[in-house]
Amino acid sequence: MALIKEKRLLRAPDVFYFRIEAPLISKKARPGQFVIVRLHDKGERIPLSLADIDADGGTISLIVMAVGKTTAEFTAMQPGQDVLDLCGPLGNPTEIEKAGKVVLVGGGFGTAPLYPIAKAFKNAGSEVVTVMGARSKDLLIYEKEMLSVCDRVLVATDDGSKGIKGLVTNALKAELEQAPADLVIAIGPVVMMRAVAETTRPLGTKTVVSLNPIMVDGTGMCGGCRVTVGGETRFACTDGPEFDGHLVDWDVLMNRQRKYIPEQKHSFEQWKTKHAGVVCE
Amino acid sequence: METPKPQKISPKKTPIPEQPPQERRRNFGEVALGYSEEQAAQEAGRCLQCKKPLCVTGCPVGVPIPRFISAVRQKDFKRAIETIKEANLLPAVCGRVCPQENQCEKFCTLAKKFDPVAIGRLERFVADWDRSQGSVQVPETAASTGKRVAIVGSGPSGLTCAYDLAKLGHNVTIYEALHEAGGVLVYGIPEFRLPKAIVAREIELLKRMGVTIVTNAVIGKLITIEEIRQQFDACYIATGAGLPRFMNIPGENLNGVYSANEFLTRINLMRAYQFPEYDTPVKQGSHIVVVGGGNVAMDSARTALRLGAEEVSLVYRRSLAELPARKEEVHHALEEGINMELCSNPVRILGGDNGHVTAVECVRMDLCELDDSGRKKPKPIEGSEFQVKADVVIIAVGTGANPLIAQSERNLTVTKHKYIVADEETGKTSLRGVYAGGDIVTGSATVISAMGAGRKAAAAIHEFVLHDSQLPAKSADEPPARKK
Ligand SMILES: Cc1cc2nc3c(=O)[nH]c(=O)nc-3n(C[C@H](O)[C@H](O)[C@H](O)COP(=O)(O)OP(=O)(O)OC[C@H]3O[C@@H](n4cnc5c(N)ncnc54)[C@H](O)[C@@H]3O)c2cc1C
Ligand SMILES: Cc1cc2nc3c(=O)[nH]c(=O)nc-3n(C[C@H](O)[C@H](O)[C@H](O)COP(=O)(O)OP(=O)(O)OC[C@H]3O[C@@H](n4cnc5c(N)ncnc54)[C@H](O)[C@@H]3O)c2cc1C
Ligand code: SF4
Ligand code: FES
Repeated sequence: MALIKEKRLLRAPDVFYFRIEAPLISKKARPGQFVIVRLHDKGERIPLSLADIDADGGTISLIVMAVGKTTAEFTAMQPGQDVLDLCGPLGNPTEIEKAGKVVLVGGGFGTAPLYPIAKAFKNAGSEVVTVMGARSKDLLIYEKEMLSVCDRVLVATDDGSKGIKGLVTNALKAELEQAPADLVIAIGPVVMMRAVAETTRPLGTKTVVSLNPIMVDGTGMCGGCRVTVGGETRFACTDGPEFDGHLVDWDVLMNRQRKYIPEQKHSFEQWKTKHAGVVCE
Repeated sequence: METPKPQKISPKKTPIPEQPPQERRRNFGEVALGYSEEQAAQEAGRCLQCKKPLCVTGCPVGVPIPRFISAVRQKDFKRAIETIKEANLLPAVCGRVCPQENQCEKFCTLAKKFDPVAIGRLERFVADWDRSQGSVQVPETAASTGKRVAIVGSGPSGLTCAYDLAKLGHNVTIYEALHEAGGVLVYGIPEFRLPKAIVAREIELLKRMGVTIVTNAVIGKLITIEEIRQQFDACYIATGAGLPRFMNIPGENLNGVYSANEFLTRINLMRAYQFPEYDTPVKQGSHIVVVGGGNVAMDSARTALRLGAEEVSLVYRRSLAELPARKEEVHHALEEGINMELCSNPVRILGGDNGHVTAVECVRMDLCELDDSGRKKPKPIEGSEFQVKADVVIIAVGTGANPLIAQSERNLTVTKHKYIVADEETGKTSLRGVYAGGDIVTGSATVISAMGAGRKAAAAIHEFVLHDSQLPAKSADEPPARKK
C-alpha cells in the first residue's frame, strides 16, 4: 500500500500531479524509469513514468492523464488514500552523462518524465534545451518546472497561442539547424516520437525514445510489451523503455497499442455511468 | 500393523468422479471432483504393499507412498496426511499437478500388468480430507535462531524453502515481484486444475508461521542481491523460468497473438474472465490456435475454450503419443473437444487490414529420422501448407530465464542462457551464502522438482547460517561444483 501525500490539478480537466509515499522505490529510482500501479483488488496493472524522485523525502511523483477507466479512477483519488500496489522502479534508467548539448522533446504528459531527466543532464554538466508542444497553450504542462532546470525552453503550439505556431518537430528542426545536438530524447505520443525520429534521422543525431506499449507485469514475464527494434523483438519493460528511435518499427508499435480499444471503451463507459460527474466530464 | 492382502486386484484404477466434458468445457470449476472415503479406501486396497516399493524411487521427494496408502486403506486419514507431510509440504497441489505417469505411478509394480495404483488421486484425496477438517493447524516452529534468510520468488520452490527454514526457527522474508504470492501456481495453472484457494491456504499457513511476504518487490531493481547479502545471513533465489519464448515467425506481433504467459496471467492472476467486473481485458476469440504441446499449451487451450471459443486447435510438431503434457490433461482436453493438429508446425501468422490475426499457416511434419535424443525428428513436408482460421493465437513453445537478477549481480555465475549455476545437492551458487533452485536453475520442470530443490537448499542454508555465516561474506565467493 502506498499513501497519496499530495494531489494537484495540473491541466484542467484531466491531468493530475500526485506525490506518493515510496521510501524504498525513491531511493532506487533513476530518471527514465517507471512504476506499475494497481489501485484496488479488481484493478488493472498500469505503468506510469516517474515525474520526480525525492529520495530524502521518500516520495515519488506521477502525472496521470485520465484517458480510460484506470487512469480516471486514479485521478479521482485523494490525498490520504492508498494505492493498493505500487511496484518499481522498473525499466532501465536513462543513460545520463555529460553530453554537450541535449535536446529534450516532450508532448502530452511526456514532458513530465523528461523533468527528472533534464535535472540529471544539467547536473552532469550538459547544455539542456527542451522543446515542448501542445495543441494550444492551455494544454501545456510542466513548463515552469522545465524552465527552472533547462538552459532554454522552446514552445510550439498548433494554434500559435504560445511560442512557435506549428508542430514540435518544426521547433526542433529550427533548433538543430541553429546548433546541432549530441543527443535528442523524445517522450510523448507515438506519432510525435516517430516524427522526431524522422526529423533527426537525416541529421544523424542520436535519438532516444521512450516506448509505452501496453504492459501487464512489467518484469519480462508476459511479453505483451514486445516491440520491434532493429528487426528484433525486444521487451519494453526490461530491455527498454528507451530505445534508439531510428531503429524502432513504429507501425508495429502503433498497431499493438490499439489492441484493446473496444474492451477499454466498454470498461470506461460502464465506470462513467456508475460515477457520473466524478471527474473530467 | 498387518494389512490384509486383496483377494483379487481390479485391473483398472478406481474411476474418479468428474464434471462431464460438455458441462466443464464452459466453466472454471475443477474437472475432477475427488474420491469419496469409500472410493479412496477401495483404490488403496489395490496397493500390493511391496517390500521394495519402487514407486517411492520415482517420487522426486520420496513420499512414503505404501505407508500413507496403508493408512488410507484403514481409513486412518489423519495418519495418512501426517505420513505424506513428512516429505511433501503441498500434497493438495502435487496430487493434482504431478506428472504421476512419469514419476511414482510409472514405477508401481502393478503397472507391469494393470493400471498402476492411482497414487496421485489418493494423495489428493488425503490432502483434501485434511483441508476439510476445518482450520489450518500451524506447525510447531523451533525456538528462534536469530538468523535471517531472504527468499526471492514465491513459487513452489521458494514456498517450500520458506516452510522448512521457518520450522527450523529462522526468520524468513519472501520477496515476490508480482502483487500476489504463489508463482506459476497462481498466475499459470488455471483454476479448473488447481483451485486458487488451495494455494492461498498454504500461503496463509506460512504467514501464520511467522514468514514475512513482501509483494511488489522486484529483486535486482528495488533491492539488489548484494544488499540482501548485507542485510540477511543467507538468500535463496527461486525466480522460476518465466521469460516467454516466441517463434520468430512473420506475424507474431499482430494483435491477438499472445504468449501463453500473458494469456494465462491476464486470466488467472488478473481475472480477465470476469471482465468488466475486473478491469483487465483479454481478447475473447471464437477461433483459437495454440502452438505447443506441454502443460502450458494444454492449459491455454482449455482456458480459451472456457472463455467461450467455438473452436480451439492445438498445433504440435510431433504425434499424440509424444505430447509432453500430463496424460490426464491430454485425455481431458480431447474429451472437451480440443482439435489436435498434430505433426504440424506454424510457419507464419496472417493478419487483416485492422492489424489483427486472421489465420495461422502451418506445414505438416514428417516424423522419420531419429535425432540425437532418440526421438523422431520432425521435418517439414514440402507443399503441405494449410491454414487454420484464428482470431487469437497463443504461443506456448517454452520459456527461458528472466535476466533481471543476473543483470544486476554480475558476480553470480549463470549459464549462457542466464540460468543460475547451482549445486544440485545444496543449491550453492558462486556467491557465498546465496543459494538457488527450481526452474531458474533447471529450466522449466515440475512443481515437485522445484519443491525438492527448495527443501535441499533449506537444509544447506540451515547448516550454513548456524555454522559458517559469520565469515566475511564477500571474500570467500567461490564457484559452485558444476554438475551436469
Ligand atoms: C512505460 C510507460 C509509461 C507511461 N507513463 C505514463 C504517465 O506517466 N502518465 C500517464 O498518464 N500515462 C502513462 N502511460 C500510459 C498509461 O499506462 C495508460 O494510459 C494506461 O494504462 C491506460 O489505462 P486506462 O485503464 O486508464 O485506459 P484504457 O481504457 O486501458 O485505455 C484508454 C486509451 O488509452 C490508450 N492506451 C492504453 N494503454 C496505453 C499505453 N500504454 N500507451 C498509450 N496509450 C495507451 C488506449 O489505446 C485507449 O485508447 C505510460 C505507459 C507506459 C507503457
Ligand atoms: C501454465 C503452466 C502449467 C504447468 N503445469 C504443470 C503441471 O501440471 N505439473 C507440474 O509439475 N508442473 C507444471 N508446470 C511447471 C511448474 O509450474 C514449474 O516448474 C514450477 O512452478 C517452478 O517453480 P519455481 O518455484 O521454480 O518458480 P515459479 O513458480 O515460476 O515462481 C517464481 C516466482 O518468482 C517471482 N520472481 C521472478 N523474478 C523475480 C524477481 N526478480 N524478484 C522477485 N520475484 C521474482 C515470479 O514472479 C514468480 O512468482 C506448469 C507451468 C506452467 C507455466
Ligand atoms: S509427490 Fe508427486 S511423484 Fe511423489 S508420490 Fe505424490 S504424486 Fe507421486
Ligand atoms: S510487461 Fe510483461 S513482459 Fe513486459
